[in-house]
Amino acid sequence: MTAVATLSPRPVRPLGYLLAAAFLALVVVGAVCAPLVTPFEPDAVDFGASLAPVSPEHLLGADQSGRDLLTRILYGARTSLVGPLLLLAIASALGVALGTLAAWHRGWVDAVVSRVTDVMYAFPGLLFVVLILAVFGNGMTTAVIALGLAYAPTIAKYTRSVALAECGKPYIDAYRVQGMGGLAICVRHLVPNMGRSIVGYLVVLFGEGLMSLATLSFLGFGAQPPSSDWGLMVKEGQPAIVQGAFLPVLVPGAAIALVVVSFNVIGVRLADRMGVRGI
Amino acid sequence: MVRKLTGVLATLLVTSFVIFGASYAAPGDPVTFLAGGKENLTPEYLAAVRAQYHLDDPFLVQFGRWLGDAVTGDLGRSTQYNDQVGDLLAARLPSTLGLVAYAAVLFVVFGIALGVLAAVRGGRTDAAVVAGTTFATSVPPFVVATVLISLFGVRLGWFPVMGGGSLWHLTLPAVTLALGALAIISRVTRQAMVEQRELDHVTVARASGLSERLIVVRHVFRGALGPIVTMCGLVTAGMLAGTVTVETAFGLSGIGSLLVNAINTHDFPVTQAVLLLMVTAYIVVTTLVELVQPLIDPRARRRT
Repeated sequence: MTAVATLSPRPVRPLGYLLAAAFLALVVVGAVCAPLVTPFEPDAVDFGASLAPVSPEHLLGADQSGRDLLTRILYGARTSLVGPLLLLAIASALGVALGTLAAWHRGWVDAVVSRVTDVMYAFPGLLFVVLILAVFGNGMTTAVIALGLAYAPTIAKYTRSVALAECGKPYIDAYRVQGMGGLAICVRHLVPNMGRSIVGYLVVLFGEGLMSLATLSFLGFGAQPPSSDWGLMVKEGQPAIVQGAFLPVLVPGAAIALVVVSFNVIGVRLADRMGVRGI
Repeated sequence: MVRKLTGVLATLLVTSFVIFGASYAAPGDPVTFLAGGKENLTPEYLAAVRAQYHLDDPFLVQFGRWLGDAVTGDLGRSTQYNDQVGDLLAARLPSTLGLVAYAAVLFVVFGIALGVLAAVRGGRTDAAVVAGTTFATSVPPFVVATVLISLFGVRLGWFPVMGGGSLWHLTLPAVTLALGALAIISRVTRQAMVEQRELDHVTVARASGLSERLIVVRHVFRGALGPIVTMCGLVTAGMLAGTVTVETAFGLSGIGSLLVNAINTHDFPVTQAVLLLMVTAYIVVTTLVELVQPLIDPRARRRT
């Protein structure tokens, strides 16, 4: 998975931005209020409705076991959206700390951080995460933590570049002259001042994190049945393709694609506004 | 040059150390982990595993032996298939390499063509290419795979759905693998061409009355070739890791799907071997790309 979202030649039109924001809001509300929106349970098996097409009863059809796809998508949005959120929380906690440390101390700390980063970058794609999963076993928790570790260097690198520019500003020297300690300056002033650009960067990374996590679930390394994680739903829906039933894979697939596109549209706009460069 | 090569060797050494040492990070005794976490292991079997991995030696000696064996082609024995790991890899590598080569041809040809088209035509074509590539990078490959199988494999019946071997079987997987790469290459091409077009020598060429076609081919594209070739090399290097998803989605038997099976069956020797192979290939190819750079772009020669 390579970096997503480069700068578009012109600022994205607000229409696309509004549509993306509205769609995401809809998904979040749907996921939170899932029990109110649909009459079905996500795991309710009903073989009478196996591979049911789109109908007033099953708005998006049903899968092989007759589980309502709309219901599963809404419940699945919980794991599929909270997962990337958690992994970004882990990655940004580590990444911001390491990046700030590297920019503040320079010298050997900087060198060590960048060597560790180099080794992690030597593993192409998701292979570093795959190694961790091979050792500690499959599962959503392991997948989220492993991805969090894998994303930390990217965030550290970005934070370091922002922090280097920020450290050169006079206010940092001003606090230092007043006798403030390094840690206090970093925690109280440096990091909060970088907050805006880091958050902008995290929005761009969210889409990528969601794709990575869904890919792991698709390979069987992430969420395990009977979870209705979107990646896992695509995996489980695959055998039905040959029978001519496309809904079980297309519905979760479209959900992933639309959410990622929405995040990228919003991310590009935020980046344009705040002068953050997506890598 | 020498410095760069020692750097690469050091990176290779450290990554192989990480891949080797990972089995020690696993919870529990490494013997049971390496034996595949099976139940009811006989003491004789555990002793055999211990001997195979030299587990009674000091840690660094074990690593040295493992690395020495790996370099000479002895990658141990699969706990799942009970075959030599080297044989398993050799049997599956050709189809993976074929897939990567097919995808590389696709993304190089179409990616560069789209990028040039966007840069030269501008306006609506440009906007369409940019929008299309943005969308293409937002859809994960396994979703693309299922859409292609549904549409071209089952609904239209143009391509076989499962199995491998022929070029025909590999077309849909190759398209899936190439799509993300194509988006990156066309964007890099477009960007490089646009930057080149504003340089003085292009203005001179235009002022001296060269045809637009000649300017684009001989001056703009020639100047933009450096970053394009570099990116093509880097993307191809990363593709080996991309086969993990694509081969699993299409049920192809290559080293990517071998890795997924190995992990799901706790076959750690195979996991280690495939990871080592993919990481080594990635590092070697990216290094080659860097070394080739001065040959394409005389300007890079002067800088180093």
